Amino acid sequence: MSEVPERQDQPELATPLPQVWHLSDLAAGEIAEVHDLSGGSDFRSRMASLGFTPGATVRMLQNYGHGPVIVSLRGSRVALGRGEAHKVGITYQPDQSQAGY
Amino acid sequence: MPQTLHPYSTAMLAISGHCASTQSASSERNTHREHTSAGERVITVALAGQPNVGKSTVFNMLTGLTQHVGNWPGKTIEQKTGTFQYNGTRVRLVDLPGTYSLTANSPEEQVARDFIIREQPDVVVVIVNAATLERSLYLLAELIWLPSPLVLGLNMVDVAEQEGYRIEPHVLEAALGLPVVPIIATRNQGIRELVEAVDSLVCDPLGSAPRRPEIREDHQAVLDAIEGHIAAYVPPPYPTNWVALKLLEGDAEITRLVKTHAPQECWEQVHSTLKQHEDAILAVAGGRYEWIGRMVRAAVEQPRVGQVTLTDRLDRIATQPLLGLLVLAGILGLVFWLTYAIGTPLQDWLDATVVHGGSELVRQALAGAPPWLIGLLADGVMAGAGTVITFIPIMVVFFAALGLLEDIGYMARAAYVMDRFMHAMGLHGKSFLPLFLGFGCNVPAVAGARIIDSGRARMLTIQLTPLVPCTARMAVIAFLTPAFFGRGAALVAWGLVLLNIIVLALAGIFINRFVLAGARAAFIMELPLYHIPNARTIGIFVWQNILAFLRKAGSIIVLVSVIVWALSTFPGPGLENSLIGRLGLLLAPVGGLMGLDWRPIVALVTSFVAKENAIATLGVLYGTGEEAAGLAQTMSSLVPPAAALAFLATFTLFIPCAATVAAIRQETNGWRWALFNIGLLLVISFAVGILIYQGAALIGLRM
Repeated sequence: MSEVPERQDQPELATPLPQVWHLSDLAAGEIAEVHDLSGGSDFRSRMASLGFTPGATVRMLQNYGHGPVIVSLRGSRVALGRGEAHKVGITYQPDQSQAGY
Repeated sequence: MPQTLHPYSTAMLAISGHCASTQSASSERNTHREHTSAGERVITVALAGQPNVGKSTVFNMLTGLTQHVGNWPGKTIEQKTGTFQYNGTRVRLVDLPGTYSLTANSPEEQVARDFIIREQPDVVVVIVNAATLERSLYLLAELIWLPSPLVLGLNMVDVAEQEGYRIEPHVLEAALGLPVVPIIATRNQGIRELVEAVDSLVCDPLGSAPRRPEIREDHQAVLDAIEGHIAAYVPPPYPTNWVALKLLEGDAEITRLVKTHAPQECWEQVHSTLKQHEDAILAVAGGRYEWIGRMVRAAVEQPRVGQVTLTDRLDRIATQPLLGLLVLAGILGLVFWLTYAIGTPLQDWLDATVVHGGSELVRQALAGAPPWLIGLLADGVMAGAGTVITFIPIMVVFFAALGLLEDIGYMARAAYVMDRFMHAMGLHGKSFLPLFLGFGCNVPAVAGARIIDSGRARMLTIQLTPLVPCTARMAVIAFLTPAFFGRGAALVAWGLVLLNIIVLALAGIFINRFVLAGARAAFIMELPLYHIPNARTIGIFVWQNILAFLRKAGSIIVLVSVIVWALSTFPGPGLENSLIGRLGLLLAPVGGLMGLDWRPIVALVTSFVAKENAIATLGVLYGTGEEAAGLAQTMSSLVPPAAALAFLATFTLFIPCAATVAAIRQETNGWRWALFNIGLLLVISFAVGILIYQGAALIGLRM
């Protein structure tokens, strides 16, 4: 992914909050923390039981910018449709090294 | 055959004796523990676990061929039970559906928790995958709130080691407060120890005293408040604290339960409390994972970060959008080639020996009987039963290949690669799996749609399954295309398969837009680690699919075969004066639009019984018998190529066979959707046939 992902609307505060992005914006090899889940309660419940809870570490394994993605989380690999990945809010430092993949 | 897992030793007798004395103390809880007339103790053990943890391998190891496959009462969810003997005890093992959690997101989860709550099994064995320990322990974190004692089977410890995990089962056991048994189910290692742990837990249920996860303090206060409100109204056997927790998680079924049992003002209080904590599901799930983290930290040494495993390496090819598609195409091609290269000669052999031999035998044995009886048995019953039998080799090869791909973990990758193509139909990748199964036989494919989580997507997949050309249809195509098209036969055959796939896609788009409109279900799917396949697991997969086919298709095909025989014999004389002949003549005008007379139309009608019947019917109607060469020659001289192509297209798209219709009726709980499917395919198949013939005529290709 070369383009810069769009930021979610956030109130401007004196102390900068961690930036919130969508999981679908994460490039392969990058690591982030789950921030929140949007979507219906059924979806959030299913995702939460798979381990997508606030604070969980996710690593993007495959993201071609279109189509489904594969992430690694809590020791297992999960494939998500692009729409589903978009509903996962994440925080991360975009300048982190891409070591390890 | 019940398996005795342990020799009946005196030491074990002593333990049994000890156990019998403590049993009275715990018998109050275990209300349904039975003794057979021989004084044999009977216990019920439930097997729980998430998908992809090797649970069915454990189940197969323990129960073998004693297992009984049925449905959970009132649900189209497979229920597997089996029995085995251990230490003088008969153990009834119930395989719960594989679920990630116990929140009623799906019927599977509801079935699993209802069984534990209502039936209160003596022990629940929880299987976890040691290589994905953190995630698979989530189900355990839910189960410890339910009343049954637990044993943890730590499966795939070998795979975990390869992945770089170092797990100390004893530390985990101490941390969790329940028995932990390391196992490698595919190599039958640790299974006996697992059963021993179950046995000693039945004697002493206090051996399982798990430490429960705490809930964040602010939520604990809310939970206590809710529990206080509802305590008097929770119907037994539901545990009150569990009900309160599920309310907080927003569980729809439990919410309904409390709403119907609690008085109005009480519910309103609870409801307003819950409304203020609508995000609680994330906190509760997060709390469970924190608890798991604490349990795992002491017992597990994590692999080095960034270690590239075998699965990573394989997935770089298998899930890459373009390469993955090529791999999938290659694998599918290989599966089909194997199926027909091995299956077809066996099918021909069975047809020649068993079916024709059987018919002859019947004729000889009944030499003096009235002709109608001989006809009924030889042409009705034997032909129907023979059809079923000859299909077994093809299905065995196809299902073995599919079982192998499933067991090594490839099928989830196939679903992933196909996901983007399924979107246009409002489906996602998982629907590809049952549709692929349809190439073998549509009957198990319809039942296979159960793996799809959303009811709408499942229904849509079931409606599309009959458009996948099954082995029976391919056999007819392979027989007829050379007669009409000579050297172009293979091209025409592949063209027909392609036509089916295009029509399937268009029908999917149509049904998605106009019949089953609704939001596409979420695509969330675990990709399991690749692992070495287990012959026994694949063997049982093949066995159960063939058995299901024989049960469903067998009875129906034989029955309908008899009916069709009667329809094609009476009132007579000759087929054209029979009831089915008259039906064909009635439909002849439609055939005329495709350049066909009544004979191919009657063949279409009889293909409803079983697709391959078309050849036999054509043989009778053209008066050539079933000799391939004769029929092919006669037909090619009577039917022009454009009409032949129209016929073959109509044939592959025609209404599903009787067994598939029966399967659709069963899986959709009624005739409505089965009849819809028949109507849909009737319109599609005739429309496509007419289009092809008229199109050919238009560009002057009537020939």
